[in-house]
Amino acid sequence: MTDHENAYSGLVEADSDARWAFGTGFDDPLAGIDASVPPGIDGGRLAAYCLVLGDDSLVMAQRLIQWCTRAPELEEEVALANVALDLLGQTRLLYARAAAADPSSVPALPDGSPVPAEDRLAFFRDPAEFRCVHLVELPDTDFATAIVRLFAFAAWRLALLEALEGSVDPVLAAVAAKAVKEVHYHRDYAARWLVTLAGGTDESRRRTLDAIASTWPYLDELGRADDVSSALLPSGGSADPRAVWSSTRAVLDQVLAAAGVPEPKGAPAGNGDSAGAGPGGRDGRHTEWLEPLLAEMQELARAHPAGRW
Amino acid sequence: MTVQTEQTKQTEQQHFERTIGHEQRIEPRDWMPDGYRRTLVRQIAQHAHSEIIGMQPEGTWLASAPSLRRKAILVAKVQDEAGHGIYLYSAAETLGVDRQDLTEQLIDRRQKYSSIFNYPTLSYADVGTIGWLVDGAAICNQVPLCRSSYGPYARAMIRVCKEESFHQRQGFELLMTMMTGTDEQRAMVQESVDRWWWPSLMMFGPPDDASPNSAQSMAWGIKRHSNDELRQRFVDMSVPQAEVLGVTLPDPELAWNEERGHYDFGEPDWDELSRVIRGEGACNDERVARRTQAHEDGEWVRAAAAAYAQKQAHPVVEERTA
Repeated sequence: MTDHENAYSGLVEADSDARWAFGTGFDDPLAGIDASVPPGIDGGRLAAYCLVLGDDSLVMAQRLIQWCTRAPELEEEVALANVALDLLGQTRLLYARAAAADPSSVPALPDGSPVPAEDRLAFFRDPAEFRCVHLVELPDTDFATAIVRLFAFAAWRLALLEALEGSVDPVLAAVAAKAVKEVHYHRDYAARWLVTLAGGTDESRRRTLDAIASTWPYLDELGRADDVSSALLPSGGSADPRAVWSSTRAVLDQVLAAAGVPEPKGAPAGNGDSAGAGPGGRDGRHTEWLEPLLAEMQELARAHPAGRW
Repeated sequence: MTVQTEQTKQTEQQHFERTIGHEQRIEPRDWMPDGYRRTLVRQIAQHAHSEIIGMQPEGTWLASAPSLRRKAILVAKVQDEAGHGIYLYSAAETLGVDRQDLTEQLIDRRQKYSSIFNYPTLSYADVGTIGWLVDGAAICNQVPLCRSSYGPYARAMIRVCKEESFHQRQGFELLMTMMTGTDEQRAMVQESVDRWWWPSLMMFGPPDDASPNSAQSMAWGIKRHSNDELRQRFVDMSVPQAEVLGVTLPDPELAWNEERGHYDFGEPDWDELSRVIRGEGACNDERVARRTQAHEDGEWVRAAAAAYAQKQAHPVVEERTA
């Protein structure tokens, strides 16, 4: 904008595309990238795996967005929104990868619908079709639960993404490499707050311990082998959940020790032993909290299946 | 002694007036009249509060934004507003007040925020209309403030205006896109523009002859153009925009006046503006209640951060007392 006195002058210029913050139309997030599936990898399995990873980040982002205008300090408004934005960006890339790897994974809409693949996947699948872990579905009851959950999620996701940098699918490996930098920040942000809250006042310590006690049982699912990951593991496309959990566990222990917090009772064994565990989010079985979260998120998009936004 | 003090004061007053007269900036350590300081605190705080309360009307739509791209854009926009709040509160703090105190004045309703945020957002088109008209009107008001006589405010405004112009573009672009969609979406855009047009015109404040603080603020270089001048500029800019969009503006008196070289337009409902400013708008209570709730819910977190910082700064003392 060269004319500082006239904020409007640029708006009607015909060729002003380059000056818009987010472009002027829908761009395929993978535009210009070779999205062919490498030999030896099953496109359907790769798509299912990318959806799993995208579902985790989308539902986590949706939870973080609920903090908007409710955060304890303005700096936390900015930080939590930032984390949500990063996770939304990861979701878009992962959904785009899924759609390219297996177009049949994308829900069909009436002919001529302009809704792009990533939005069909986000807004036109039912709760049972989502494969996110229960950890991201939990509602936040206070800032301590938000921080504890974000810390556990980010520590786990970072370990997962670091493993995926070595995926034989170059697109997934590139998406992971980009996301690693972001999630590093998320993990450090949440870990710093966890240590602060645990070492702050009596009240903040009590809330932190309560949050850890209520969140920790949901970590059990993170270290379990699941069908989607297992199907892709032999071809080198996915990460081994048990190895990822083992790296995650080391970080959790380190930060809890720094916070002076004892190992919570009922902490997951972390040995990948799923014996006795019921079906989880990866099997399409969810907590009672996912359905209302998705209903709110999807309502408007579903009301306009032929809409352009 | 008294004579000397009187002389010093006169010199300072002259220095202040010379600085203003030469269009130079007053900086935090410079002497300034109490009234100048008070006016600036009031204006900057009100502006900061508006950014923070202004997160709410659009924030309502974050959870149900209709595409991932729109969700990301809206999160980024609302996040920018929190950022604007932060640096405007910082600019106010250079005048000797603090953010905590200003926030308490907001939730006690001793300080105001822009009345536009007391209107509800009823459809997703409102996200676009707020960007186009509300942020557009805000830019008209704010671009001249980049030349405000108070340095920290002027510098904060340069950054705010740059980001606001992105906000305005995303709003206009959303409306443009919706206009290429379904009939239902086009109707949604028109309905939204019908609701926001008049409140947007009111954002420039009451007419000049009924604006009590304007003259002094203009003399001090805190304010650069009169309310009516800015309102006219906004109308002149918006009409061609509306034509490009393909929407009508809900004012039968709107017409180009060749002689004046401006658009003529109807009189906003000033009684409505007074009602909203008095706190009788659709969402006044809801907005302040939400901000109050967030502030109160966050009290234990801020206390924890302060206690933790204190312990880190004085670890030995802490060990002894523990």
